[in-house]
Amino acid sequence: MGKTLTIQPVTRIEGHARITIQLDDSGNVSDTQVNVLELRGFEKFCVGKPVEEMPRITTRICGVCPWSHHNASAKTTDAVFGVDPAPTGRKLRELCNSIAFMEEHILHFFFLAGADFVLGPDADYKTRNVIGIIAAAPDIARRVVISRHMAAKMLEMIAGKAIHPAAAVPGGFSRPLLEEERKELKKMADELLEFAKFSISFAKESLFPKYLDTIQSLGVLKTGYLGTVKDDGSMDLYDGKLRMMQADGSYEDFDVKNYTDYIGEHVEPWSYLKFPYMKKAGAFSMDLDQPNGIYRTNTLARMNVVDKIDTPLAQAELEEFREKFGRPAQQTLLYNWARLIELLYNAENTIRLLEDPEITSPETRVKVTPRAARGIGSVEAPRGTLIHDYETDENGLITNVNLIVGTTHNNAPINMSVKSAAKDLIKDGKYDQGILNTVEMMIRAHDPCLSCATHTLDGKIGVKVQIVGPEGDVLTTFSNVGR
Amino acid sequence: MAVRLAEEWFTICAGCEVTILDIGEPLLDLLPKLEIVHMPVLMDHKMWGQTGDQPGPEIPEAEVGIISGGIRTEENKEIAEEMRKKCKTLIALGSCACYGGLPALANQFTVDEIYDKVFRGCVSTDSADTPNGVSPFTDRVYALHEVIKVDLKLPGCPTTPDMVAEALTALLEGRPVEFPSKSVCDECPTIREKKAVSNLKRPLESVAFEYGKPLDTVRCFMEQGFLCNGPATRSGCGGAAKTPRCIKAYMPCRGCYGPISDSANPMVDMMGALSTIGLDVKQIPDRAATFNRFSGAGRLRPLPKRS
Repeated sequence: MGKTLTIQPVTRIEGHARITIQLDDSGNVSDTQVNVLELRGFEKFCVGKPVEEMPRITTRICGVCPWSHHNASAKTTDAVFGVDPAPTGRKLRELCNSIAFMEEHILHFFFLAGADFVLGPDADYKTRNVIGIIAAAPDIARRVVISRHMAAKMLEMIAGKAIHPAAAVPGGFSRPLLEEERKELKKMADELLEFAKFSISFAKESLFPKYLDTIQSLGVLKTGYLGTVKDDGSMDLYDGKLRMMQADGSYEDFDVKNYTDYIGEHVEPWSYLKFPYMKKAGAFSMDLDQPNGIYRTNTLARMNVVDKIDTPLAQAELEEFREKFGRPAQQTLLYNWARLIELLYNAENTIRLLEDPEITSPETRVKVTPRAARGIGSVEAPRGTLIHDYETDENGLITNVNLIVGTTHNNAPINMSVKSAAKDLIKDGKYDQGILNTVEMMIRAHDPCLSCATHTLDGKIGVKVQIVGPEGDVLTTFSNVGR
Repeated sequence: MAVRLAEEWFTICAGCEVTILDIGEPLLDLLPKLEIVHMPVLMDHKMWGQTGDQPGPEIPEAEVGIISGGIRTEENKEIAEEMRKKCKTLIALGSCACYGGLPALANQFTVDEIYDKVFRGCVSTDSADTPNGVSPFTDRVYALHEVIKVDLKLPGCPTTPDMVAEALTALLEGRPVEFPSKSVCDECPTIREKKAVSNLKRPLESVAFEYGKPLDTVRCFMEQGFLCNGPATRSGCGGAAKTPRCIKAYMPCRGCYGPISDSANPMVDMMGALSTIGLDVKQIPDRAATFNRFSGAGRLRPLPKRS
C-alpha cells in the first residue's frame, strides 16, 4: 500500500486547487493529479437569454481578460445574426483587444513571473510579491503601476468601462471614437510603446541571462501548439484562422467553425476543469512516455505557430527568439519571454490602429435582426485561443452554448509537468523541501494558463506536501512557507 | 502602526481584485499602511496551517477583512465563517459578494441540471460522470450576508477604484464609510420627459445620439424604448465622475450595482418604472433574470419545468 502526498492549497489559481501525488510501495510516483475545484456553469445559465446580451454576460467569466470574452462573444453574435460588423466597429474592438493585452501582459510579467526574476527565486515569500517589488525597485514599480493603469484608462476612455465592458455589440461597437480622444490615446500609446521597449531590453539585459540554464532545462515538454494566424501566416490576436501545430513543427490550418473536428474535451473524475486534446490524434493520454493529443496555447504557442509578425520591432524580436530557441520552442519558461514580444506587438498594433483615419468614423455599428442560427467565434485571449459557440431560436434567444476558454487548453500540460517533476525528484520514498520548490516552479511556469480568471500578485506558489499513511493518518508534512 | 488586512475570494472572476490595482498610483501610498496577514491572491498564508496539521481553516486576526465572490461550495461557507470570526470589520467586495452577482443566474437551475449540461451536454466534451473527487456545491449560490454578518457592502461588477480607495482610507482613518442609496438615473445625464417615444425594443440597433455631442443632449435610453435597469439600480458606478459607465458607451444599464437598497425589490421597481412611462413589461423575455442579473442570490430560483 503506497502513500498519498497532498499539496494544498495551491495559491495563484482561481478558487481552490490541490495537487495529489500517489506513491507506490517502493516510494516512487505512480500518479499525480492537479485537482481544480471551481465551476460556475455559464453553458447552462446562459440558456434563454437574448443572444445580444451575451457579450455583456460572458465578460464575467474573467475579470482579468474580460475584453477577450467580450470580443469573442461579439464576433459570435455577428455570426449568429449573419452580419459583418461595421469596419470601424471591428477596428475599435481590435484596438481594445490590443490595449487589454498590454494591460494584462504588464500585470503578469512584472507582478507575477517577473517577481521571481526581479527579486530572485530564493527571495522570502513575504517579500516576493508586489509589495516586495515596490521596496526593492521603487522606480520600476512606479513605472509599472502607472503603465498598467494607463492601459486601463485608455479602455475606459474608449468604452466607458475597462473591466466588464458593454461596448462591443452584435454588428460592431456601440460608441464611436472622437478625434480629441484619438489624439490623447495616441500619446498614451506612444508612452506604452516606450515602456514595452524598456521592458524587453531590461529583461534581456538584466533578468533572463541569469536564468538561461534554468530556462533551457526546466519544464521542457514535447507538445503541440494552437494559435491564430492571418491568411499570410502572420500574428493576429483578434481574427484569423486557427493553426494546430504538432510537436515536430508540422501544422494544419482550419476555420474555427470546424473546431469540433479538431478539438475534443476529456473529463477526469478528479477535476472540474476539462482536458482539451487534438481530436485527430484519436485519443487523449497524459502518459509522460507516450502522450497523445496534447497541445499548448498562450504566448509561447503563438510565437511557435506564427510565420511572422507584421510590426517591425516585434518581428525583430521574434527573429532573435527563433534564432536562440528554434521553432517550435518547447521550454516552458519561455512563456515569459514571448509575453514581452507580444507586449511590443500590441503597442505597435495599438498605434497602427490609432493612426488609421477610419478609426474615428461615426459609423460603428450595423443593425441586426434575430433569427434561428448557430454562430461560432474566437479570439486569442492572453492565455490562449478562446472559442464561443451559440445557438438561438427564431427569436434570437439562446438554446445552446459551448465555451472553450483559453486557459483550459493547458490543463493537460500542467498536469504532465507536475507529474514529470514529481517522478524525477521523488525516488525510493525520499523527498525533501527541494521537491516543493521544484514542483512549485513547474506549476508557476504554467500557472498563468491554468485559469484565465486568475492572476495573483505574488511571485511564489505556496505548496504543502503531506504524506498520508494507508489509514489516512498524517505521517509527515513539508511546506515551503514557515509559520 | 499598520492596519492588518485579510482577504478571501470565493465564486469570482478576479475583476474586483484588478479594480484594486486600478486605484493606480495612490495605491503605492496606501499599501505600506496595510499589513496583509492573509490574501490568497497576494500571499501564501496557509489556512489549514503552514504545516498542514490543523483540522479546519484558520485565518489570523485582522482589523479589516475583505471578501469577494458569492458562496458556491461548503468549503466557501466554512472559510467565510472563519473570516467573520477573525475580522473586526468585514467588507463584501463587489456584487457577487453583496448579491450573488452574475454567477447567481445559476440559481435558476438545479445543481444536477448544471452538471448535466457541463459534463454531458457540451458539443466538444466527451460525456462523462460528474467529477466527484472535488469539493461539493451548496444547493445554490448565496450572497455573503445570507451566510455571515457583513459590515459594509461595496457593490458593483466590478466595483470602482474610487469606492475601494474611499472605504480603505476611511477605515484607516477610523471614520465611518457611507455611500448614498440613489438610483443610476439620479446620476444619469440623459434627458427624461417621463414618456416613452417608442415601444420596447431590444438593443439590436444603436440608441439615437449625435456624434460628438455630450450625453445631456441624448434622450433617456428607456424613453427611446431600450430596456435600462437604471431606475432599480444603485448609483456609484461612475465613481467620482458620476456619469454611469455603460451609459457613456451608449449602452443601457444592466444593474451591476445591485438593488438601490437591501430591502428594494428590483422586479417591482422595474415594473413600476416601465409602466410609468407607458412601456409593456410583458414584452421583455426572461424577466426575472433580466431584472436580477446581478442580484440572484435569494431572488432567483429554478424555473418551472415546461412539459
